[in-house]
Amino acid sequence: MESSTLVWLLPAPPLLAFFLIIFLTNRSKGLSHTLGILAVLLSFIGSMVIVVLGLRSGHLAEEPFTSVINWFPTGDTWFQIGVWVDPLTVATLFFVAWTILMIFIYSVGYQNYGQPKGDHDVPGLPPHGATEKDEHGHEHRVPSIEPMYSRFFAFLALFSFGMYVLVVSNNLLTLFVGWEIMGLCSYLLIGFWYAKPSARAAAIKAFLTTRVADVIMLLGLAYLYYLAGSLSYDVIFSEETLHLLTETGTPFLGLSAAVVIGIFLFIGTIGKSAQWPLHVWLPDAMEGPTPVSAMIHAATMVSAGVYLVIRVFPIISAGAVHGEPTVTMNIMAFIGAFTGLFAATIAVTQNDIKRVLAYSTISQLGYMIAAIGIGAYVAAAFHLFTHAFFKALLFLGSGSVIHGVEHGVLHTDEHVDPQDMFNMGGLRKKMPVTFWTFLIGGLALSGFPLLTAGFWSKDEILADAFAQSNWAVFITLAFAALLTAFYTMRQITLTFLGQPRTEASKHAVESKWTMTLPLVGLAVFAIGAGWLGITNDFPIIGGLLPNYMHDFVGETLAEHPEAIRFNWIPLLTSLAVAFGGLFLGWLVYRNVSAGEADPLEKPLGPVYSLLKNKYYFDELYDFIFVRPAYWISRNFTYLWLDRRIIDGFLHGVARVAYSLGGLFRNYIDRPIVNGFGDFVGESVKRLGRGARFIQTGRIQQYMVMALVIAFGTLFYYLFFLAQP
Amino acid sequence: MISLSYFLVFAAALFCIGLYGAMARKNSVAILMGIELMLNAVVINLIAFWRFRTPEVITGQAFAVIVFAVAAAEVAVGLALFIAIYRQRQTIAADEIDLLKW
Amino acid sequence: MTVLHVIFLVTAVVTLGAAVMVVTARNLIHSALWLILSLFGVAVIYGLLSAAFFAVVQVVIYIGAIAILMIFAIMLTRRVKQDVGSIVNKGWWLAGLLALVLFTALVWLFSTWSGFRTPLPELATDVDTIKVLGAALVSPSHYVLPFEVASVLLLAALIGAVVVAWERKS
Repeated sequence: MESSTLVWLLPAPPLLAFFLIIFLTNRSKGLSHTLGILAVLLSFIGSMVIVVLGLRSGHLAEEPFTSVINWFPTGDTWFQIGVWVDPLTVATLFFVAWTILMIFIYSVGYQNYGQPKGDHDVPGLPPHGATEKDEHGHEHRVPSIEPMYSRFFAFLALFSFGMYVLVVSNNLLTLFVGWEIMGLCSYLLIGFWYAKPSARAAAIKAFLTTRVADVIMLLGLAYLYYLAGSLSYDVIFSEETLHLLTETGTPFLGLSAAVVIGIFLFIGTIGKSAQWPLHVWLPDAMEGPTPVSAMIHAATMVSAGVYLVIRVFPIISAGAVHGEPTVTMNIMAFIGAFTGLFAATIAVTQNDIKRVLAYSTISQLGYMIAAIGIGAYVAAAFHLFTHAFFKALLFLGSGSVIHGVEHGVLHTDEHVDPQDMFNMGGLRKKMPVTFWTFLIGGLALSGFPLLTAGFWSKDEILADAFAQSNWAVFITLAFAALLTAFYTMRQITLTFLGQPRTEASKHAVESKWTMTLPLVGLAVFAIGAGWLGITNDFPIIGGLLPNYMHDFVGETLAEHPEAIRFNWIPLLTSLAVAFGGLFLGWLVYRNVSAGEADPLEKPLGPVYSLLKNKYYFDELYDFIFVRPAYWISRNFTYLWLDRRIIDGFLHGVARVAYSLGGLFRNYIDRPIVNGFGDFVGESVKRLGRGARFIQTGRIQQYMVMALVIAFGTLFYYLFFLAQP
Repeated sequence: MISLSYFLVFAAALFCIGLYGAMARKNSVAILMGIELMLNAVVINLIAFWRFRTPEVITGQAFAVIVFAVAAAEVAVGLALFIAIYRQRQTIAADEIDLLKW
Repeated sequence: MTVLHVIFLVTAVVTLGAAVMVVTARNLIHSALWLILSLFGVAVIYGLLSAAFFAVVQVVIYIGAIAILMIFAIMLTRRVKQDVGSIVNKGWWLAGLLALVLFTALVWLFSTWSGFRTPLPELATDVDTIKVLGAALVSPSHYVLPFEVASVLLLAALIGAVVVAWERKS
């Protein structure tokens, strides 16, 4: 079949799996996960085929695999939708397909397939463990299977569908459709354990925060459609359209339409990729099960935000005088760099293993946004690519750690939070596979040189910033990299190194193969993915492998970006911050024993609590937005508008109808209608009562009456009628 | 010369007297007597018409015979009824036998 | 003024007078006796009309049976306070008025008829009317059917009267 036809089929299997699971196989857990994995496996194979075909095509950027159909009529023409595979799509498809498949396989083990049903497990709450008797008759608690197992896989499948739609679409409308589907699924999955109030609240927070951003993004899309007449990539990125966009002015501060549209679309990314100021939803989204966190916050959803800005880079950079960034790009650089540093500072003080990773994600996304902001298109795509792998690896690894510690919690009946790093320690010995893969992921995140993917992509961004002499971005990102390495090593040290700090972590066990196999798989990419983008003039090893990222992905842009010349300063800076941060992290945390507070608490003092409380942004938003909203909805909409006006109107109508009815009843129905009926009956009775006296029973009177009438009639006849 | 008119007027007068008796008298037997007078007037009429108008045909007389027979039957039944009523109600005054009223 | 006229007038006056006495006599027996007189008068009229058979039948049946039967009935239905109170009911004046009106109307009506003053025709002297009457009554081509039906009627009346007046043994 033609490759463009195959592309249409990529999103189909997960969608089919979603419907089949909810309608047919909901009761059978085994069947549900088989369907789910089979579906993403099919999409995976399809994606790999497309990737290979795309790589072999040689001129994919000029002739992307594309195919369109007419969707709905718009006046004289049709709105067309279709698929589009160019080098950027190929790169994205690659990591999306891999990570989704790994996460699906991982979920089988994470949701405890094969374990017995829990003692008090209810759907809506996380499983609490089952009691099992072993051969000696000893009872001990073991992890229990998730009651809503099939539902989880159904939602994951729908999520995958959304991401595939977004990646392969050829126009911004279907991209937005995939975007929104993922928004819905993130709500459903963050609030997966819906009986937990914190999960419900987190789900609503995520949805509403991204909604704010999505509305503005939709405005941008509408404006773009209005100006360009289409939302398909081949139209909106064409020379004429870009020219039109830069020439058209807008009432917003005299900025051109391209800038306004770019900013609006970027606001969508701010929401979706949790940049400051809309970052507040992502840490709370850790309420969902860990595969969800991996899916949403590494592989797919947040990547979708960055994918969008990379995709619409022509619009963002439209009208740029050579070398000078546009207004949009400056804004993006600022927000990206700021977020990168901002989130990294918060991550230093978090105790929950998943929260550290959440803030880390926010920070790394800031890197990518900043990269786009400074025009480093290829570097941003590269970092997106490598980040998906090692962040998914880290999340899944943290899930494995949590599982192991939970096993220990169940075993010892100790009531500790299995997600708090200060309750862990020494897991290196208990969970070796998890440890080594997590270490690889952590080193990749920190930018450990040469061997890990993160180094190559991060280094590229720093090099780009340096080459443009953008000191603000360079220094901010470098400092953020230092903090990244620091908190990563803090995390690894607290979790895996040293001695176990609680009984639970003493009894932790390694996870099953369904969980560790994906970890290993992702670790391979966490190491190797970086080698796809080695700068050609890197000392010694540069040039051994072609710079695939640059050559392949870079072609997507109309103007092929020039390769950055190698410079020692960015390299040395990144080496310094990486090693320095790693060392500092190990140094500070290597001797934390059970019950001790965080060693940073005292030295940082009030700064520590500021960071720990996330700069009080949640409280600020609560005060500015949430509480007034509640107040308005309660007092204005509910009490006044709904109760007083609408209900009052209805009650008024009811009262009028009622009294009208009463009027009708008492003045028309009763007297006139009833009265008439009664009158007829009454008069007949009265007539009868009067007339009955004729019947006296006396036959002589009858005879007399008969004769009178007969003579009368005869008389009348003879004298009046019959005139002879 | 005697003409039909004499007999007709006579019969009419007898009939009307009988009618008055049938309508006005209280006693049932008196009513029956009135009825008898009426029937007699009828037969006189019949015979008169026969004698004056069609004396050669015997039809008038045959008719009159039948009327006689009917009158007799009627009186017999009527009187039997009166006796039965008298036994029940101890009265045969026509205005006292008025149960079939409102 | 022939003899016929005189006889007729006298008979008429007697009959009508007796009839008036029948309907106005207080004592029922008197009423019955006046009825007998009236019936006699009618018999004479029959004689005047050359219907000798009917004159005899009138006397035998009407006076000899019916009037006697009435006297029996009167005697059997006597009440103690029979002679007290009015002999006529409340509407007697209307009855009298009606009778008068009827008489007037009848006479007037007849007077407009052309055959009102038909003279007395001669009877055929060789015809024996009784024989003819008898033959007519039993002849199938004449009046046997009404005759037989009349007999059945009489039978029914006889049985009916007996049944009605039968004293039930309770």
